Amino acid sequence: MKIIRISTDPINPVAELACLGDLGGGALASFTGIARQDGDVVGIELEHYAGMTEACLGDIIEKAHARWPLLGTIIVHRVGYIAVGEPVVVTGAASLHRAAALEATAYLIDCLKTDAPFWKKEHYGDGRAMWVAAKASDDVRAAQWKIR
Amino acid sequence: MRLVYFASVREALGTAEEQRELPPHILTIHELVLWLADQSPDHASALADMDRLRFALDQQMVAAGALIGNSTELAIFPPVTGG
Repeated sequence: MKIIRISTDPINPVAELACLGDLGGGALASFTGIARQDGDVVGIELEHYAGMTEACLGDIIEKAHARWPLLGTIIVHRVGYIAVGEPVVVTGAASLHRAAALEATAYLIDCLKTDAPFWKKEHYGDGRAMWVAAKASDDVRAAQWKIR
Repeated sequence: MRLVYFASVREALGTAEEQRELPPHILTIHELVLWLADQSPDHASALADMDRLRFALDQQMVAAGALIGNSTELAIFPPVTGG
């Protein structure tokens, strides 16, 4: 089972992950990214490249399945305006044992951060808004998966 | 060629996409961006810093040195920041 979904509506991590829980494995790991309370930020806005985004996430999921013995994977990413405290992204992986599920979950989010065409803009309480700069630390995390 | 723009590049240009007839001497993305930057003051400012731009040719991420070939769509955008 491989699920990719781009959502303009709020996402519910528990509901999204339910389908991975009954695949017969002993392990289901997941990551939820949340719009962070950060100073004067009231919300973030996510833009994406429709078509390329889905293809890119599909590629990341295929690479995860080639690397670990997985029963299922999911990537759900919200786009549009997201208020602080609401989920932005969910990645998850189901496997027979925990090591593969945990590692694949981290792989999915680390690769998404550097490879998938999404852009984030922060909105502030006073009405200003600013595009978020890419972080070198994200490149380092993703690169670690690619050299191993 | 269809040119599509995202995030800060889209805002600086004031448009999400445009159709451009490329001069025949343009072979790489790098050459295209230098030519495009000459087309208007907005293009010049949006495309001024090549090192801060990323590219997708027919929806595949590529480096600035990539050959355009028969591709029909070039996307220009800042480094991605999803998740």
